[in-house]
Amino acid sequence: MSAQQVPGGPVPGEGVGAGPGEAAAVGAPRRGNETVYFALRNPKLLAGAVVVAVLLVAALAVPPFLGGSPNAYVGPQAQPPSAEFWFGTTNFGQDVFAQFVHGLRSTFLVGLLGGGIAALVGMVVGFVAGYRGGLVDEVLNMITNIVLVLPAMVVLIIAAAYLEARGILVQSLFIGLTSWPWAARAIRAQTLSLATRDFVDLARLSGRRAHAIIFREIAPNMSSYLFMTFILLFGGAILIAAGLDFIGLGPPQGVSLGLMMHSAVSWSALQLGMWWWFVPPGLGITAIVGSLYIMNVGLDEVFNPRLRET
Amino acid sequence: MSGVSLEVSDLTVHYRTLRGDVHALEGVGFTMADGEIMGLVGESGSGKSTLGKSLIRMDSRMRHVRGTVRLDGEELPIGDQAAMTPFRYHRVSLIPQYSMSALNPTRRIGRMIDELLESRGVRPASVRAELLRRLDLVGLSGQVLRRYPIELSGGMKQRVVMVLSTLLDPSLLIADEVTSALDVSTQRAVAQTLVEFRDRGYLAGMIFVSHDISLVNQIADTIMVMYAGKPVEKGTAEAVVNGPRHPYTRMLISSLPEVGVTHAERRLEGIPGSPPGLLDPPRGCRFRERCPLAFDKCDQEPPFVEVDRGHWAACWKAG
Amino acid sequence: MWRYFGRKLFVYALTFFVAVTINWMIPRFMPGDPVRSMLARASVGNAEALEAMRAYYSSLFGLDLPVWQQYLNFWGSLLRGDLGTSVWLFPTPVSEVILGAVPYTLGLLVPAILLSWIAGNKFGAFAARGRWLDNTVLPVGYLLTATPYMWLGILLAWSLGIVAGIFPTAGAYGFALQPSLSWAFVSSLVLHWFLPFLSLFLVAFGGWAIGMRNMIIYELEADYSSYLEALGAPRRLVRRYAFRNALLPQLTGLALQLGTIVAGALLTEIVFSYPGLGNLILEALNNRDFFLLQGAFLFIVLGVLIANFVIDVVYVLVDPRVRVQMQGGAA
Ligand SMILES: Nc1ncnc2c1ncn2[C@@H]1O[C@H](COP(=O)(O)OP(=O)(O)O)[C@@H](O)[C@H]1O
Ligand code: SF4
Ligand SMILES: [Mg+2]
Repeated sequence: MSAQQVPGGPVPGEGVGAGPGEAAAVGAPRRGNETVYFALRNPKLLAGAVVVAVLLVAALAVPPFLGGSPNAYVGPQAQPPSAEFWFGTTNFGQDVFAQFVHGLRSTFLVGLLGGGIAALVGMVVGFVAGYRGGLVDEVLNMITNIVLVLPAMVVLIIAAAYLEARGILVQSLFIGLTSWPWAARAIRAQTLSLATRDFVDLARLSGRRAHAIIFREIAPNMSSYLFMTFILLFGGAILIAAGLDFIGLGPPQGVSLGLMMHSAVSWSALQLGMWWWFVPPGLGITAIVGSLYIMNVGLDEVFNPRLRET
Repeated sequence: MSGVSLEVSDLTVHYRTLRGDVHALEGVGFTMADGEIMGLVGESGSGKSTLGKSLIRMDSRMRHVRGTVRLDGEELPIGDQAAMTPFRYHRVSLIPQYSMSALNPTRRIGRMIDELLESRGVRPASVRAELLRRLDLVGLSGQVLRRYPIELSGGMKQRVVMVLSTLLDPSLLIADEVTSALDVSTQRAVAQTLVEFRDRGYLAGMIFVSHDISLVNQIADTIMVMYAGKPVEKGTAEAVVNGPRHPYTRMLISSLPEVGVTHAERRLEGIPGSPPGLLDPPRGCRFRERCPLAFDKCDQEPPFVEVDRGHWAACWKAG
Repeated sequence: MWRYFGRKLFVYALTFFVAVTINWMIPRFMPGDPVRSMLARASVGNAEALEAMRAYYSSLFGLDLPVWQQYLNFWGSLLRGDLGTSVWLFPTPVSEVILGAVPYTLGLLVPAILLSWIAGNKFGAFAARGRWLDNTVLPVGYLLTATPYMWLGILLAWSLGIVAGIFPTAGAYGFALQPSLSWAFVSSLVLHWFLPFLSLFLVAFGGWAIGMRNMIIYELEADYSSYLEALGAPRRLVRRYAFRNALLPQLTGLALQLGTIVAGALLTEIVFSYPGLGNLILEALNNRDFFLLQGAFLFIVLGVLIANFVIDVVYVLVDPRVRVQMQGGAA
């Protein structure tokens, strides 16, 4: 659902100086400070960040304490949550909590890698298309449109079905390579509007090379926008990976939240009423991705003064 | 020119911001006679738009702190959105700065006008003939009513808005920087059209906001100069341009190479220094920091007083 | 006009071409050459099916033919409507198996998409009305869009299906029933349809509500809104205009989201063992029925492309700006 937030929405970077003469007349603190000031006072940003941070810490810090494999048969079978097994156990006596925290790890990893790769491709395509224009733009636009209408998940199912070696890295790579188009489009539009500004003209006249202008002049001026795009891609990658894992196309020997749901459904957890098996993984994903989205709304308000008031 | 039609006194309006109130208008008081076209000038941020908006529709961040506005002897409930509605369009109207984008892009212009009129309790058919006559006056055929805004040029859209805004013959029209986006010859044509509207009785009085003194001088009866949220001088255009009393006005005028030749935009910003912040405005005369004539007394606020017949200024040295 | 649609159609045709090429390339060029290893392992129980599979693969990915010849063969049989024979349901042709599943998927997708779009837009516009409503709707909407489709399905199946026992949780109609126009059958069909529909609807609904809420706020701050308000137009009129204009980007959003919603439908079907394409894909994977898998892929791509084109047409009908520009281009 990640493209949803972007098209047509008020765009950061255009909002700079939106209040007429505000910054000058009001004697504002420096821009950086101001961003921090509003960031620390934005409930959406803070709430989202706290949830993500807690889950991230759980993912990073807890597994070492648990020791052993999260798939090991360590306890009694099909037990509801207890003091010993916080999230209960599976049909086979696996510790659901251990699977959950390990699953969080792969969820964050897929988000980071998949979202990162998508952001990278989207940025390269968007910058080049927007800055170069002409035939390059036409061709890149065509490619973007094609990948955009191809249903990414379905392509990934086909690819994963034939893939023997399905690691989390390969999964992330494929997700990244199929989910960049809307980002490329959005970045292209931003680049187009920046490319006509004075400071870019100045850089061009002074004979700077295209990639230098893109990375020194254009990218920094839309850094907040890029960051928000990355967050959306991050969340999108997590959802796609969860879907693939749920179909059974995830890493065969791994642990992930999607795989947990897959096992729960395959082994009749629903019919057996073992809610502790399927509730935590979905809740974990929803919490992470939802918090990221809400954080993004907060970030938008922080970076975009027009959205702040009222 | 007869009788007083607009009377503003002690008008104080703030913008609420997270960092506190911006004192955008502070104790503004002036009057306008019936049929008067008042040019409102001052550098960017001096409160011209805020004054204009206060007279018709305050946005959600504006707060009416105190002061009154009387139009034709009747008090305008400017701080009360609902109570103000009956006055809008019928009595006070607006030609916005953004005329080019003021029309709903997905409605045919005629239909949009009809829907607006109906919502304001006017039967579209009853003003149809007048609408066509006025469109004709500004050089547009009735065909434009069947068009979408995108099918019109910028100038055409502006003329549609001018006609639409004045269709109900308001007592007061606020024209906020309507010419700023135009080239010099079009600017003059638009300004002349507005004067003609006044002469034909389509509007009783007008506040013509601009930062271009020379353009204002061509069409306005009177000129009011604002600085940092306060009027500093008001008088007939003749008197203000030829015999300015306030040091700020003088600097504005003298920085014009020859009044009426070039527009003064850049010159206005060319006075050294910058206006004070309005979040916590300084006591005393707000121009003090940049004033070459400033002296001890200027740390008290100079009142806006009549220094000559029909000529007001707020400066200790103007009297 | 023709230029506009011509361009769109060209992109869609190109996309279809790319999809077919991907479909051909993936089995052929994946690391480890899966076709070869698959034939070597020959894990298909049915000997006849194995023979069919071998024949199909050697004609399309013909291991002894030059690569371009294999590619052309692939297109050739595709254009003849031949998607191969299903291994899972041997000897039913893949196209037949798929056509049997398509109505179920469409029956979920079309109502879910249309209703969620309409209801989400209305609700989002409504939410943007008040601060309190906005502050509750916004987080809930974002959480809904962040919910994995299958998880919401699982929760609904468990709570309303298994615990409360109101709805059945598997299949498209009762086991004992035969498809007919009887009351018993139709009611069973609707009952089975409801939960998968609901979970699809809810996730999509959240997205549209948020989208509309963001768009309409933007439109309500647009110049034409400010102008109308300054002239004292009632809130109702301003909102009506803003809503209509905000629908246009939402329509574009619908085109962008199609792939995601289709994927969601596949996942939801799997949760509910609903006999549409999603379940077919799962069976194909479990039975290593790759003809079926690839056939389903092509069908889905084709469906998404057609839907995209429909949206393009609708967009032109509702946005006068595009129409005007097209006429300008033709004149
Ligand atoms: N929405 C707002 N929030 C805060 N301050 C504002 C806002 N709009 C205008 N101001 C401030 O009010 C003062 C007057 O602005 P304005 O009336 O727009 O001036 P002008 O039209 O003369 O350029 C300026 O100092 C400006 O910074
Ligand atoms: S009151 Fe004083 S500071 Fe203000 S304009 Fe007059 S002389 Fe200058
Ligand atoms: Mg202004």
